[in-house]
Amino acid sequence: MRGVQLAELLAGAAPGVTEALDAVSGFDEALVPGLARPTEEQRDALAALAGAVAVTPLRDRVREAVEKVAAGSLADEHLAMLAGARAALLGAVHDALLERVDAALGRSRAAWTPTETAAASAPENLLAGVRSWLREIAIAGWRGVDDELVSASAQTVEAVLAVPALRRLAVLLDGLAAELRGASPVASMDRLPVRRWADLWSRALLLAQTGGVSEWGATPVSGRLLPLGVDVHEHGTAVQVQVYAVLECADAPSRLVRASVTAAKVETIVGPAVWRLLRGTPVLLGALAERRALEVAEMPLLPGGDLVWRDERARPGDVVEPFTVARLQLGAAHAPAVPPLERHPVRIAEPVLVEGYTVTVSDDGQARMELDGHSLALDMARLPGCGPLTPGLVAASSSCLGLLRWDGGRWLLQPLGVQVRNRRGTTETHTADWALGPTDAKVVRAAAKAGDAVAVLRERAGRLLRR
Amino acid sequence: MSAVRSTVSGTGRKDEIVNAVMTDWEQRSVVRVLPPVQPRRLAKVPFVELADGRLQGVVSSGSDVERVYVSSITAGSHGLSCSTNNNRPCGGLRGAPCKHLHALVEEAVLQYGGARVARYLRVDVEEPDCSAADLLGRLHGRPASIPAAVVFSRFLRHLAYLEVPESTEPVPELHWFPATGAVR
Ligand SMILES: [Zn+2]
Repeated sequence: MRGVQLAELLAGAAPGVTEALDAVSGFDEALVPGLARPTEEQRDALAALAGAVAVTPLRDRVREAVEKVAAGSLADEHLAMLAGARAALLGAVHDALLERVDAALGRSRAAWTPTETAAASAPENLLAGVRSWLREIAIAGWRGVDDELVSASAQTVEAVLAVPALRRLAVLLDGLAAELRGASPVASMDRLPVRRWADLWSRALLLAQTGGVSEWGATPVSGRLLPLGVDVHEHGTAVQVQVYAVLECADAPSRLVRASVTAAKVETIVGPAVWRLLRGTPVLLGALAERRALEVAEMPLLPGGDLVWRDERARPGDVVEPFTVARLQLGAAHAPAVPPLERHPVRIAEPVLVEGYTVTVSDDGQARMELDGHSLALDMARLPGCGPLTPGLVAASSSCLGLLRWDGGRWLLQPLGVQVRNRRGTTETHTADWALGPTDAKVVRAAAKAGDAVAVLRERAGRLLRR
Repeated sequence: MSAVRSTVSGTGRKDEIVNAVMTDWEQRSVVRVLPPVQPRRLAKVPFVELADGRLQGVVSSGSDVERVYVSSITAGSHGLSCSTNNNRPCGGLRGAPCKHLHALVEEAVLQYGGARVARYLRVDVEEPDCSAADLLGRLHGRPASIPAAVVFSRFLRHLAYLEVPESTEPVPELHWFPATGAVR
């Protein structure tokens, strides 16, 4: 990304974005005290939400839902329509932002054209249980959430987690419930993560609709996969590693793709230990640690650009530097479309290469990248504890591979890898350098001292779980 | 309406108030709500949590690998409870906390920090970042009976996460939950 591209990215909000976000904020505020007895202010906010989707096919059903909810009738289907209207607005914001990214970077992107295949069936009673818990939250409001309301989700979440087709919903609910448990009683909190919790609530409600999770047919692809960088997601009971890469195929232009691995965990497994939970993908992890390309054969590719990784269909290739891949291939690689239900600003994560910048840190601690007189916030909070990339290395770097993200009205760069130039030459650090275990002697010693959390818990599980 | 809203003393039109009410932090999708959990050795106390109105956990027996103690302290009343997973009362708990409760508090302070544990249990401490010894010295509760089965089943559920198979289907919802913590 050059300075002129950054300037284009930062040039003002796209038309309509502010208005759409205002309508979303109104709804999110309405969830704070709950919808049991809507005040005039809450009714106005709901009407504004309905008004914002009045030119879409959702119009009549959202208007009806708003009337019912404003009158104090909170049926599942009405809440689902409100969540749907909110998601439609954020989807439109997502599209406007992503268009801006593509225009600024000159990135070509596939159109969304796939055909839906039959969704895996999920037990209806489980989904109903989830919807009922989310409805209780909507009635109580975030301010009304206490230990009892949080605990009421435990059995449902446990049952949802046991259904592989509902993994997304389970991971989401577990993350939300843990935050509510930690914050409970919410009434005593100074301020609430209003947008965040409304996001999680609405997405959960949509995923808990019958047939809510669409399945799209995968296409087998073969070729050379060149990793660019690795994004790591984590909450108390889940970790996901997402590899961003360029896929070279014989019969198609190079594409941007992503491969993901998710494992369940517990909150005491943190830092480099999380890599040990990913036991089913040794070829992928080995390539990340050794910075190798991968040869893939008949690997399923979803239309959203996600490879559904099968480790046995991959073998390690040559050592290839991610920065070399980015310099030579990232500019021309074709980007995938975004699946409809995933369209939300939080999902924007566009790989970019930035060079020739300086890093400044303002008084409030915000690090920024200055490039040709333009300035981009650095998301240092998003550097994962499982890898060696630290704020210090980012601050000292001269080249950065990262993900462009957007949150709270501003663009951010999340570093995935950096090059630091010093007297001895150039050193390179990436988030996944420790995919096969830490390579830094100090970190190895600290890990040995802390003991093997994964092994201890597996031993306890083996002894106590199957009695 | 909400406490958030009531903190704003604006007299502007409603839409201006709405804009003023949702601060930058509140309008972000990705913010840290839970403080980070610190790594600790798990061999002695494999499980600690602040839940159901209690500090509760499981302490491995020093002498028998098949046996664990289920220990808990109730928030507010500081009722103390310790028994084996087979519901046999702990012989060491007579008035003052037994060694298992000591271990539980020590590990909870390592995992969550003294301040968070004290706040949850509603222990009055002078220093916000209090030590385990501080905390133990200020508990005023008596032995109380808490069903060990409830806590033990939460521990088993905790362990069961390690048996959930890995998946290579993308979970886009995890974009809301970035891994953090690379501050060394
Ligand atoms: Zn005891």
